[in-house]
Amino acid sequence: MALFNNNFRSGWALFFRNGLIITFLGLFALATIFPIYFMIISSFGDPVEAGAMSYSIFPSKISFESYKFFFNFNQYTYNWLLNSLIVAGCITVSNVLFATLAGYAFAKMNFKGKNVLFAILLGSMMIPGQVTQVPLYILMVNIFELKNTYEALIMPSIVTVYNIFLVKQFMSSIPKEIIEAAKIEGCSQPKIFYYIILPLSKTVMAVLAILTFMAAWNDFFWPFLVTQTMDMQTIQVGLKNFRFANTTYFAPMMAGATISAVPMFILFFSLQKYFLEGVTVGAVKG
Amino acid sequence: MSQTLTRKKKLKVESDSGWGYAFIAVALIAFALFTAYPVINAFIISLQDYRPLGSTFVGLENFKESFTDGLFWKALKNTGVYTLLTVPFNIFLSFLVAILILPFKKKTQTVFKAIYYLPAVASGVALAVVWLWIFDPLKSGIANQIVMFFGLENQNWLGSSATAMFSLVLMSWLSSHGTAIIIYLAALLGIDNSYYEAAEIDGASFLQKLWFIVIPFLKPTTLFLLVTGIIGSFQVFQNAYLMTGGGPDHATTMVGLLIFNNAFTYFEFGEAAAQSLMLAAVIGIVSFIQFKFLGKDIEY
Repeated sequence: MALFNNNFRSGWALFFRNGLIITFLGLFALATIFPIYFMIISSFGDPVEAGAMSYSIFPSKISFESYKFFFNFNQYTYNWLLNSLIVAGCITVSNVLFATLAGYAFAKMNFKGKNVLFAILLGSMMIPGQVTQVPLYILMVNIFELKNTYEALIMPSIVTVYNIFLVKQFMSSIPKEIIEAAKIEGCSQPKIFYYIILPLSKTVMAVLAILTFMAAWNDFFWPFLVTQTMDMQTIQVGLKNFRFANTTYFAPMMAGATISAVPMFILFFSLQKYFLEGVTVGAVKG
Repeated sequence: MSQTLTRKKKLKVESDSGWGYAFIAVALIAFALFTAYPVINAFIISLQDYRPLGSTFVGLENFKESFTDGLFWKALKNTGVYTLLTVPFNIFLSFLVAILILPFKKKTQTVFKAIYYLPAVASGVALAVVWLWIFDPLKSGIANQIVMFFGLENQNWLGSSATAMFSLVLMSWLSSHGTAIIIYLAALLGIDNSYYEAAEIDGASFLQKLWFIVIPFLKPTTLFLLVTGIIGSFQVFQNAYLMTGGGPDHATTMVGLLIFNNAFTYFEFGEAAAQSLMLAAVIGIVSFIQFKFLGKDIEY
């Protein structure tokens, strides 16, 4: 027994109902993935000017000329991908490390001011990004003079409050008896963290790593603000500049968009479980 | 006995504290430097005519200017319209889809979840580039081919102030429901079957079960999605920036975009900071009202 009644008098009625539902879900699914499908299919077209071509929903041929066109656009296209990888990689590693440490401390350790500090962190999540954007830009560019460096791209995201919150939520479910038993045995906190907490927290670390990597890879505005030269841009910024330099070349633009999106698709389909799990953490009780 | 216990407890508290601060040190430094300091600075900058070399204190001039500037109100209105058109509809759609996925096997559920979540994985810039071409104003554009199939005239989607906002809304309807569907489905699976069984014994119909069991149970989830959705929507401007640039005739200028332009196109940091604080205030008030009227039974 559930929300849906599956005890129809005839099998046909069940079949008919499920068929209707599947049709609706399928049509909606088609509408959802159509832009992505369109992007990938169109990227295999020849790099001719848009005015001279018509869009087709089914590929007439598969050519990689547009990809070549995109990579030959300038000598920095490979740099864009590499920069994205470096920046997203560093941000991911530092977030996993520092958010796990801080999340554990906030969940399981006793020290003065813990609750006040955590409340301040939580409260700061309500502040819209626009408020910190301008002062952060002034701090990084005018005061630290880090414009156009990896430091400027990485440092502001070194550990996010959201990730600390995520880890803390997860760690709260670890029974404190384990930690107390280890303490009685004379285990110090770093040892407890390394030998007991980390092995128990692999799932949350994986979720955190994936979501952080995706956010950093897809980030556009911050890299756009703090990079100046083409060789320091990330793929998202590069793609935007490519678009404005070549507004008429349709297929190469789709190739560029595909290149910027496909690494995340591969990551998503190979680690789907963690992605989908990550979405619900912090949103659903229990 | 109890005294020694408390002393022991105290000792333990003290033994944790050194490591406790060490564990949160980096997080705290990062927070102080990249969140707390900028927030405080935003207040200071908002009272200044900011120049890299020597700013002048102007009091509330930046706030006054924004208040009398028609564009700020228009941007606020655009943001409100966009939020009203996207957030409730996206939540309704996600709820509907999550309910409809429910009767199927876990494998089918996962396939649908993955498909609906896919646009959230793609980069925003890539999606914006694709949708730009879908909204191609020429007759050969995909969106135009579709409306012409239904006998309508072809539209200048992003180029006309009548349809530009709707185009952005349409894009949101079709690409930002994945997260909500997954969250709803997880909440739906958390409802114990015994409730449905009890309802069935009383002869409840599908709609009655939906109304008396599912909707009350999902209220905290709905509130969560509503609050986070509205907070997010008030800050949205990436698509407007990349696809319309706020035009035509400021028909798609959102507050987020206005702040961005003031700061990084015109380098009016003071005015941008003032407007960002007003945006924060609006978001705070709207969130507060929602909590006040829609219930307090939600935990973050």
